[in-house]
Amino acid sequence: MKVITVENLTKKFGSFTAVDNISFDVDKGEIFGFLGANGAGKTTAMRMLCGLLKPTSGKGVVAGFNIPGDEERVKASIGYMSQKFALYEDLKVWENIRLYGGIYGVPEKEIGQKTDNLLKELGFENEKETMVKSLPLGWKQKLAFSVSIFHEPKVVFLDEPTGGVDPATRRQFWEMIYKASDRGITVFVTTHYMDEAEYCNRVSIMVDGRIDALDSPANLKREFGASNMDEVFRKLARKSKTTGQ
Amino acid sequence: MTLSGDSSRSVVCTNVCKSFGKISALKDISFEVGQGEIFGVIGPDGAGKSTLFRILTTLLLADSGTASVEGLDVVKDYKAIRNIVGYMPGRFSLYQDLTVEENLKIFATLFHTSIEENYHLIKDIYSQIEPFKTRRAGALSGGMKQKLALSCALIHKPSILFLDEPTTGIDPVSRKELWEMLLKLKSQQISIVVSTPYMDEAALCNRIALIRNGEFMKIDTPKGIISGFRKELWAVRGSNMSALIGHLREIEGVDTSFAFGDTHHITVNKAILTQELLKVKLAEKGHNDIFIEKIEAGIEDCFMELAER
Repeated sequence: MKVITVENLTKKFGSFTAVDNISFDVDKGEIFGFLGANGAGKTTAMRMLCGLLKPTSGKGVVAGFNIPGDEERVKASIGYMSQKFALYEDLKVWENIRLYGGIYGVPEKEIGQKTDNLLKELGFENEKETMVKSLPLGWKQKLAFSVSIFHEPKVVFLDEPTGGVDPATRRQFWEMIYKASDRGITVFVTTHYMDEAEYCNRVSIMVDGRIDALDSPANLKREFGASNMDEVFRKLARKSKTTGQ
Repeated sequence: MTLSGDSSRSVVCTNVCKSFGKISALKDISFEVGQGEIFGVIGPDGAGKSTLFRILTTLLLADSGTASVEGLDVVKDYKAIRNIVGYMPGRFSLYQDLTVEENLKIFATLFHTSIEENYHLIKDIYSQIEPFKTRRAGALSGGMKQKLALSCALIHKPSILFLDEPTTGIDPVSRKELWEMLLKLKSQQISIVVSTPYMDEAALCNRIALIRNGEFMKIDTPKGIISGFRKELWAVRGSNMSALIGHLREIEGVDTSFAFGDTHHITVNKAILTQELLKVKLAEKGHNDIFIEKIEAGIEDCFMELAER
C-alpha cells in the first residue's frame, strides 16, 4: 500500500525551479530517507507534501488525500517534527502533549491515558510537570517525536530530527523510528548524518531540484561503487550545477 | 599535555568555571592550544561549547579560572584580543539584508583594513562566492553562508580563529570543503579552535577535547583517544538489522549495542562470549546470516564509552 505518491511535482519561484518534476512513491511503514545538499530543494518538496505550499505543476496523494486540493485533510493526517521547532519551551511536558493532542483531534477522554502511557514508555514519568525548556536536548527530541505521532498519523515527516544530538541519544532516537515503522507508521526523514541514511529502507538523493537516485542503501552503494553512503552522496552532489560550487 | 614555551601557545585556559543560575555550563575546564594547531571541541548541543568560545573571545566573563589568548588575558586585555581573533559564532550573524560584498566590506572597515589589502588571505574561500557578491547574504545557501562568514572572520588577518560549529546543518559536501579550507589556513600558521557535533570531523584535528555536560571527558590526539578505548568492539551485520539490535542486548556478555550505519557495534565481555558462541545464540533467535568482525573504535564509540564511565 502506498502512503505517498508523487507525479511530476514541480515548484518554481519566478525563473528559479526549486523542485523539478519529481516522481516517487513511499510504502506504508517504510522508512524513507530524503537526502540532498543545502539548496537542492528538499525543504520546498517537503512543504508541498505537507500541504503548506502549492505546487506549480504536478500532483500527489499523501495519506489518501490530494495535493493540490485536499491540503487541510493532508495536514490533519500527518505528523511533523523539525530540529528547529517542535515543542513549546514555556509549556510543561504534559501541556505540550495536551496541546498537540487537541490540535490533531485526539478525543478528549483518550488524551490523559495516552499521555501517561507515552511518558511511561519514554521513562519520563517524573518529568510530567517539567517545563520543556529545562529538558536536555536529547530528551526534547525524543519527546517531540512521540508527540508528532501521538495521533497515530499515517505518515510522519522528520526534518533533520537528530542535528546536534549526542551519539547515544541519536541512536535511541532511531530505535524509536524503527518502532513507529513496525507499527505501520511511514517515516519520511531528512538528515545530514550519512550513517543514518543506512537505517532507511530506501533513500532518495536530490540534486538541483531533481531526484537523481532512489533505491535501498545497499543498491545505491553497489550502483555507485561506493563503500558507504557518504561516498554515494558526494559522487552525486558533485554533479550539481549550483550547490556544488 | 603541556606545550613548551609561552610563545608556542595560542590559548591557555586554566580551571574555567561558568554557571547560569543553577545550571553549571562549564566545570573546571583546563587546556592549551599550540600555535598553528587545529583544536577540536567535540560534543553535543548543550555541552558547553559556545559558552567556552564566548569566554575565550571576551564576550562573556568566567565565574572563576583564567584564560589567555596569544598571551593576552581575556579579562584585562579584552580590547587587544578582539583585534587579533577571528570569531564565527554558531548562529549565522552577518547582515542578511546586505550583499555578500557589503558584509565583507563592513568587517574590513571595522578593523581598519580593506578587502584589497588582505585579499590573499581569503582568496581561496571568497573566490567561490565572489560570482554572487551582489546577492543579499540572506539569500545564500547554507554552505555559501558559511564561506562568507569565514571570509568575514579572516579579513582582518587574525592570528587565531574561533569557529563555533561551522559545519552544523550543512550538507556533507559543503562540510568537506570547509574542512579543506581550514587545513589550508592551518598551513599558514593560523591557530584554529573549532567546535562540532559531528564526530567524524575529529580525525581532521590535531588534538580534540570530548565535551559533555560542561566537562572535558578527555583531551588527546584523535589517535590517542582511539587507543584509549578499553573494550572489545565487534561489528555485527545481519538481514534483519532492526530486530538484531534488541536481540543483541539480550545476550549475556554483550555490554552495549548501538547502530552504526550498516552494522551494529557491540562491546562484549570476551571472557563470556566468543564470536562463534554469539552466532549460535543469534541463530536461536532466528538470525542465520550473521557476519561478525572485530573492529577498531571510532571517535563516536569512544565518546559513548567515556560517557558511560
